[in-house]
Amino acid sequence: MDNKRRKILKFAAVSAALGFTGLPIEGLASYFPKIGKYVRSDKEKKAKQWAMVIDTRKFKTKEDFKRVIEACNSIHNVPEDIPNKKQEIKWIWEDEFEHVFPDQENPFLAERYKDQEVLSLCNHCQHPPCVRVCPTQATFKRSDGIVMMDFHRCIGCRYCMAACPYGSRSFNFRDPAPYVKHKNPDFPTRMRGVVEKCLFCYERLADGKMPACVEASNGAMIFGDLMDPNSEVRKVLRENYTIVRKPELGTEPCVFYII
Amino acid sequence: MLEKAFYGDKKYWTWVIFLLILMGIGSIAYIYQLRHGLMVTGMGRDVSWGFYIAQFTYFVGVAASAVMVVIPLYLHNYKKFEKVVTFAEFMAVAAVMICLGFIIVDLGQPQRLFNVLFHPTPHSILFYDMIVLNGYLLLNILISWNNLHADYKRVPHPKWTKVLAYISIPWAFSIHTVTAFLYQGLPGRHFWLSAIMAARFLSSAFCSGPAILVLLLLILKKVTKFDPGEEAIRTLAKIITYAMIINVFFYSLELFTAFYSNIPEHKATFIYLFKGLQGHGSLVGWMWVMAISGLACLIILIPPKFRNNQDLLVVALILLILATWIDKGLGLVVGGFIPNPFGKVVEYRPTVYELLIAMMVYSMGLFILTILWKVGVGVKREVGEIPK
Ligand code: SF4
Ligand code: SF4
Repeated sequence: MDNKRRKILKFAAVSAALGFTGLPIEGLASYFPKIGKYVRSDKEKKAKQWAMVIDTRKFKTKEDFKRVIEACNSIHNVPEDIPNKKQEIKWIWEDEFEHVFPDQENPFLAERYKDQEVLSLCNHCQHPPCVRVCPTQATFKRSDGIVMMDFHRCIGCRYCMAACPYGSRSFNFRDPAPYVKHKNPDFPTRMRGVVEKCLFCYERLADGKMPACVEASNGAMIFGDLMDPNSEVRKVLRENYTIVRKPELGTEPCVFYII
Repeated sequence: MLEKAFYGDKKYWTWVIFLLILMGIGSIAYIYQLRHGLMVTGMGRDVSWGFYIAQFTYFVGVAASAVMVVIPLYLHNYKKFEKVVTFAEFMAVAAVMICLGFIIVDLGQPQRLFNVLFHPTPHSILFYDMIVLNGYLLLNILISWNNLHADYKRVPHPKWTKVLAYISIPWAFSIHTVTAFLYQGLPGRHFWLSAIMAARFLSSAFCSGPAILVLLLLILKKVTKFDPGEEAIRTLAKIITYAMIINVFFYSLELFTAFYSNIPEHKATFIYLFKGLQGHGSLVGWMWVMAISGLACLIILIPPKFRNNQDLLVVALILLILATWIDKGLGLVVGGFIPNPFGKVVEYRPTVYELLIAMMVYSMGLFILTILWKVGVGVKREVGEIPK
């Protein structure tokens, strides 16, 4: 028998055996580490705990929100217009004040806040429940405070979605590829069956750039190191009254809102 | 010993083939889900766990309940349970298999399941759940199979299975406690954030599990002449009654705390479940069926005169299983996600795919149970415990 045929037969036998045990080749391969070399850029921005301040007063028109949201979606391969609204993927989006801050419920809320839309995104909590519950460490906290996702390790148990008190996480109920409008080959794409969320533009920080939304916000969003008293965020926090989402839960969100 | 499962009458084979057909139909749905992802389910970003995880939760309870037979037998030397203990342990094995099945069908990337082992994460409750569930499965297989084998060889039970049986007692409590911890430790999910959750889980497990066991034993008696004994059934019924009373009591504690304190987040899910919220209330009918059947079964169970009447007992147990199943297998998990973190009500309804896949897992569990019980009956018949 020629070698090629033997190889094919062997391959067929092995894959049949694997298929029989319920482990497709693709599945087996997912356990092997991908070895590559990562070189840190010396432009990299560093911090002890990245944080963001959102100045809600500066978001006046639909356009203001759209610009920021588009900036994120277009570079992160975020699928848009998924037919089933309940299974949408969202990294950063706008919602009513009352929904983002449900604990600020007040039937006599000033008009301005009633109609106010605010941005909602992952808070990169200092004590993130999503990290606490993840059984595989596919969600983990980096030393710079970013709550990070390993899309290749996530098993899709969605425990983190039950644990996040802010609804910041999305699950790929279907293959997202057909819904990604602007494909960015430099950023990881996701497959169905894994969870994703905002990652504070870790890839841009590594290149010495500010997060995309911050850059597109015309100064309505401020980003910096929460642990550095001289940082821009700390300055803004000193000078303005800010609130965070659901502070009573002990998660210590790192996204602050000026109202 | 396993060969006993290969000899059966026509009725037995019809049943086995029937289960295999159900599994086959369900697996077509599962293959479809594997290919297209969980988009075929009714789950979404708001209700991100649904029917699968709810069934998982219910069946952890059923598995744990074998301890209600083990404790009287091993700690109180209650000999009347000697005949049924193997069947109870076999039921626990089948129940754990159902749990594992539901976990697997719920995963987005099931082939990566072993990442839980490769990256052990002691701060995740799911990590402990994996340990205790698999440990419990192993314990029950070892104990029941080896004891039955000893019966088969007509030798006394080995000492070490007795030691394992003792270990299995706290272990049974641990599986359901840890399962409750999956829920009750999450900030911001107010319906679950209750210190009494684990206790509630255990009490509902210790009535619903034995209730299922009694019904199954009565069926077994009909089809095989195996007699679990009047006394054993009565004692189980008593245990079920106490556990159900405690379960209803615990539920009312939740209601008191939520409504007397008048804290909106604590009330919200209860209002959604029993009355409807923001114009949504697809579970309202179910929840009232739960409330009524839960109380009705107690009316039959509490007076000994009713309880000891086997026909009435069967009615009571069916009502009880219905009530506890709606509570844990429907309302508890789905309710915990409603309202969502934004205070909005987004509802959930399982799809046909989900139900077919659940049918696959259920029939797989029943299949395992059938095989194990068949072996059990075969051995007992051979050693003369059952008339030939
Ligand atoms: S907002 Fe949610 S997803 Fe983001 S870190 Fe906090 S808990 Fe995790
Ligand atoms: S879905 Fe993925 S990231 Fe979330 S808890 Fe499970 S394994 Fe971790």
